[in-house]
Amino acid sequence: MSDYMKKSPWIMHYDGSSCNGCDIEVLACLTPLYDVGRFGVINTGNPKHADIFLVTGSVNEQNSSVILQLYDQMPSPKVVVAIGICATSGGIFAECYNVKGGINKVLPVDIYVSGCAARPEAIIDGVIQAVELLEKKRLEMKEYKKRKADDIYGTAK
Amino acid sequence: MIFLYILLYIIIAPLAGGIIVGIDRKISARMQGRYGPPLLQPFYDVIKLFNKEVLVVNKAQNFFVMFFFIFMIITGALFFTGGDVLLVIFAFTLASIFLVTGAYSTNSPYSSVGAERELLQMMAYEPMVLLTAVGFYMVSGSFNVRDIMAAPVPAVVYLPGIFLGYVFILTIKLRKSPFDLSTSHHGHQEIVKGITTEFTGATLALVEMAHWYECILLLGFIFIFFSWDSLISIPVGILACITIYFLEILIDNVFARVKWELVLKTSWIMGATFAFINIIIISII
Repeated sequence: MSDYMKKSPWIMHYDGSSCNGCDIEVLACLTPLYDVGRFGVINTGNPKHADIFLVTGSVNEQNSSVILQLYDQMPSPKVVVAIGICATSGGIFAECYNVKGGINKVLPVDIYVSGCAARPEAIIDGVIQAVELLEKKRLEMKEYKKRKADDIYGTAK
Repeated sequence: MIFLYILLYIIIAPLAGGIIVGIDRKISARMQGRYGPPLLQPFYDVIKLFNKEVLVVNKAQNFFVMFFFIFMIITGALFFTGGDVLLVIFAFTLASIFLVTGAYSTNSPYSSVGAERELLQMMAYEPMVLLTAVGFYMVSGSFNVRDIMAAPVPAVVYLPGIFLGYVFILTIKLRKSPFDLSTSHHGHQEIVKGITTEFTGATLALVEMAHWYECILLLGFIFIFFSWDSLISIPVGILACITIYFLEILIDNVFARVKWELVLKTSWIMGATFAFINIIIISII
């Protein structure tokens, strides 16, 4: 029962303010050439069904609330993957007057994928690492629930 | 004995349905030049969904989805114990209505659009489903599945028009591509996920599992079109189910999604021409 979390990662992608290159590479992963579908990946487009949040591009004043809302709507356990240098630190847009910086300015990022634009192979690697983390987070969630139940019912050993 | 059958059905149907959906995804992927997910992927998905957090917008939504699931099982149980086809159809409709109500109860715009489209789809296929029951009655003189299956000649011989109409609406019921308006199994994102938008975790898993039961029930209808009072009818029926399902996968991958007007028009035209003429002819002879 343990590794089923790993076998069905459903992704959602969001493109912040960037050149859109990384986002195109994310979609390239879903094409027959790279085919992440063989790992059970589904591109959901719906935060409520997603497990992995792939963010490309940097955060600016206008999209920070959007990114935060998408993250909040995802059910736990969930993993955030920042793809490309813009999502990591703001990249070449870092100095722009409207850019806040990388995704870590608004969200707790779990995995950073390097590149400008990030290669599809690197993105797939990021997704696979995210899947490992997803399983870890599930166990943490379970542990947390158990502890909370113990607190309420006084069943702690 | 009947309870044993029901128990067998409740256990076997989702396993078979899940594997059918898995094969569907594999074949679809191959048709698109992809390798495709593992065969057991639908089961992995559902187990994962049961392990996820359940976000609830309105407490009523879980209740409605639960009843959608329960009524889907009841529908199948009625059908596979040789019950009344009319009762099966009414229970089936009730199940769908629970899903629509569940989607409406969340007040989400995407979910509401999905629910409205689901109602339009029901309006499109429901007359044809009823004509199917009428056709079965006119051929075998009974609405009971058991009697229809024990006919001396397979029903499809007398009901080719109705069979054609049924296969047409099967595309709507299986949520296959030209008619997957309310929700889609593919990565089409214009209505996000339509009717299932606001369902998460275990609730979404129940919707998926209900779809497996639904799949088996709909193929069961194909089966009784081809069954007669002989053991040979079992492989013939299964072969017919496989052929029709493969055809549905092919249609799914070949066609783009159409507008709701076309769904309504074409399915009513199919019902009014092929099925209705078929019924008139058997009522004369």
